[in-house]
This record gives sequence, C-alpha cells and structure tokens, in this order.
Amino acid sequence: MIRLNKVFKAFPKGSLALKDVSLHVAKGEFIFLTGHSGAGKSTVLRLVYADQLPTSGTVRVSGFSTAGLKRRDIPRLRRRLGIVFQDFRLLEDRTAEENVAFALEVTGTRRSVISAKVTRVLTQVGLATKANQYPRELSGGEQQRVAIARALVNDPLVLLADEPTGNLDERATRGVFQLLKDINATGTAVVLATHDLDLVRQAPFRTVELQDGAIVYDSREDEPAGEALVER
Amino acid sequence: MRLTLREALLSFRRAPVLSALAITTIGFALFVFGLFSLVALNLRSTLGEIEERVEVVMYLTRGTPVEVVTVAIGDIQAFPEVESVNFVTEDQALERARQELVEFQGIFEDLTANPLPASLEIRLKPGFRDSRNVSAVADRLSGFRFVEDVRFGRDWVEKLDRLRDIAGVVGLVIGAAFAAAAMMIIATTIRMTVLARSREIHIMRLVGATDGFIRRPFIVDGAIKGALGGVLAVVLCYGAYLLVSRGLFEASFFTGQQASLIVLLGTVLGLTASAASVGRHLPRV
Repeated sequence: MIRLNKVFKAFPKGSLALKDVSLHVAKGEFIFLTGHSGAGKSTVLRLVYADQLPTSGTVRVSGFSTAGLKRRDIPRLRRRLGIVFQDFRLLEDRTAEENVAFALEVTGTRRSVISAKVTRVLTQVGLATKANQYPRELSGGEQQRVAIARALVNDPLVLLADEPTGNLDERATRGVFQLLKDINATGTAVVLATHDLDLVRQAPFRTVELQDGAIVYDSREDEPAGEALVER
Repeated sequence: MRLTLREALLSFRRAPVLSALAITTIGFALFVFGLFSLVALNLRSTLGEIEERVEVVMYLTRGTPVEVVTVAIGDIQAFPEVESVNFVTEDQALERARQELVEFQGIFEDLTANPLPASLEIRLKPGFRDSRNVSAVADRLSGFRFVEDVRFGRDWVEKLDRLRDIAGVVGLVIGAAFAAAAMMIIATTIRMTVLARSREIHIMRLVGATDGFIRRPFIVDGAIKGALGGVLAVVLCYGAYLLVSRGLFEASFFTGQQASLIVLLGTVLGLTASAASVGRHLPRV
C-alpha cells in the first residue's frame, strides 16, 4: 500500500535527509517510526503525503507513484490518507464539528452525508458532546482527537501521525494512543512517528528506527521489537 | 458555489479591519477614477452642446426656383450624416440680419434691394460633427448646380476635433492609470490575505483540497471587495457632485447605468487582480 524504494532525499544545501530508505507498509498494519529529532521520520511522512518529492528512488502510495506525479494528483492522493500532527493544525475560528466537516467539504461531499459522517467520527473519538466547541475551549488531548476525527472522516487507507502525542500529558497520550490502536483495529493502517520509546514499548507493533536518515532497525526483519528496544 | 461564497465571506469576519481597509482603499482609487470620469462626462456634455452648433450653410444662387430647392432639401435630408435642413429665404435672411445686427440698422434702411442670398442650414447628426464628416458633406453640397458658396467654419470645427481628441487621450491615460492603481491595491490586499491565511491554506491542502477549491474563495473575496469599493466610489462621487453643484456650477452626475458600470468595473478589477495575485502567491504558501 505504501512502498518507499531506495529513497534518497537531499536538503537544498546538499546534506541528505534520507539515505537509501526502503520501506513497505502493508494494508492494516501499525508501524512505529522511531528515531531522534532530525533522524528523518517527518521526512518519510512528508514523502508519503507528497509534501516533498524524493531526490531519487520512488514512493508509491495506493496506486500513486512519485515518478510522474502531477500537481493535480496530490489532492486525490491526500484524500486517501489521514494526517495528524503534533500541533493539531486545527482552524481556530471553527468548531470541532466544522473542522471535521471541512475535510469533507473540500472533497465536494454532499451536505446531507457530511453531517452523519461528522457525528460518527466525533463519537468514535469520544467528542460527540463537544462538537460545538472551538479548539481554544478544548484540552490538548481533545484537540488532537478532533484532528484525528478530521483525519478519519474521509475513511483513509492509512493514518499518518507525526508525533501526535508530543504536546500531550501522559494521560492524554495514553488516550490518544488507545484511540490510534482502536482505529487500527478497524482495518486502517497507522504509521506513527514518535521518539517516545515508552509509547513504543506499550504495544507489540512493528518498529522501524531511523538514524541520520537511514533505517537502522526494522523489527519485522530483525529481533522482536519489545526485546530489542529494552536493550537499545 | 455556496461553500465558496461562505469561505469568501468568512474572510470578512476573520479580518474585518483588513477587509474594511481594502474596500476603502479600492473605493478611494475608484473614487479618483470616478471623479475623473465625472469631469470627462461633464466636459463631453459641454463639448456636445458646442457641437450642436456645428452646421453647414449652403448659400443659393439668386433666383433658384423654390421647386428646385424643395427637391434639393429632400435629397440632402437623405444624406446619412444629416439631421435637419432648414430653408432660409432671402427675406428671412434680411429679417434675421436686421434683428441680429442692430448696429447696422441704418444701412439696412437705405437698402433698395435685398443683397442677402437664400440659404439652406444643415445640421449634422451627433457623431458626424467632426471636421472630416463636415468637410465631406460640404464637398457633396458644393456639387449642386445652384450653389453659390458652402461654409462651415473649418477652423472652429478642427479646434473642436483637437479638443475632443485631447480629452479622449487624457481620459484614457488617466483612467488606465487609476484602474491600474486600483488593481495593484486589490492584488496587494489579496496577497496579504493569502499570507494571513497561509496556515489555513496549508491545512486545506493537507485534507486534500485542490488548488481550484482553495483559489475560488479568494477570487470571490476580491470580486466582492472590488464591488463594495465601487459602491463606495459612487457614493463618494455623489458627495463630490453635490458639493460642486451646490457651491460652484451646475454639473451632471452619472446615469444609473454609468454608476453600475463603476461598480462592475470594481468587481472586474477585484476579480482579475485577486485571480492574478492568488495565482502568483498560492504556490509559495
């Protein structure tokens, strides 16, 4: 479903953000993408949602390939993905409900359908009662849930989460992580970029570690994740 | 479209000060344009009044039979340029001279015979009152057998032509300059809006909005601001017109259609400028 093949990504000044990265994410899979800040986690995600293009190598996402990807293909590609960030990226002057509905409106979904879908996902993330509240009226954890609801409302094949718990306290982190696991259990693949090893240890999912732009560890190909991470 | 309009109107709610500033600036730019148009309009109507006095006078050979003149009048009236033909008999010419040239009253009384010829006064339709058309008509009139002379004040008509040309060119240049200024203001405003909303644009892109979808509200926003600026300009022009009409001299104001044209111009300028601006700045956000 997502396949990075021998991907190199150079910064404008010439240094490499990614070096020979090959990665395959299967349908319904849950992957931790770990590594220190600057290791290249966010760059991998940005290549997947076509915010950046590889300097060499190819990135294939659900039938789209960066080789020959046209500008007009990018919105269609992104509609198959759900993206969540550390800073939530919500529209401050819209309610939780409007933020979620917005993701459907841009795709031209009919109004009658939008209302039902928004209610469904807000219920799924546990925010049905706070639909009419503005982001500033919600806690960090709740804002991230709104962002996740927005990412889910288009029924994505994969949810890309870039440090989604980075701004949250421990309790909110647990809640958001549980939500991501629940989403994965319904068949949506999740790629979770995080440097929080405590989080990684909480679940036996595949773990891919990046260091200086290169994959240095992939639990699917090496030893069991939990064991390895304790020692590293 | 409903969604586009909602998003465009949202920009007014989000940044009321910036929006009001944009409308005011566009309004003032179009106001200057409108003022100039008012001056041009009044100048043109004054020119029109002067032009109405343009006529070609065809003096007839003494003794030309009335039947021949009647036939000629019919022929001349059939010219496409001609609005009206007025036959002045010899007696009428003398009577008119007596009334108009009071200082020569003595001379008129000593006259034993009428020295004045009969004439045809030919007025041309609007649009044909320039030297080229007037000369062409005069040439054609000279071709009649019973014509003694044809006069139309060539110098005067040529001066009128030059005045009309100058007014036209100056109007075009200044009008274009102000229209360009209005466009630049709108483009800058839209650019500021694009930059102010860069975060939102970024989010729109992340959730899969196409460039067209993102662009449309900005273009509608520009068009609305342009239209409101146009309305403001018409209101300001009306204020200026009242001030001049009451305090200085009688002037004329735009017709409803002309006022709508200014609003339409504002809308088109707003639309074009925002389309250009958003097209240029959106890819950089």
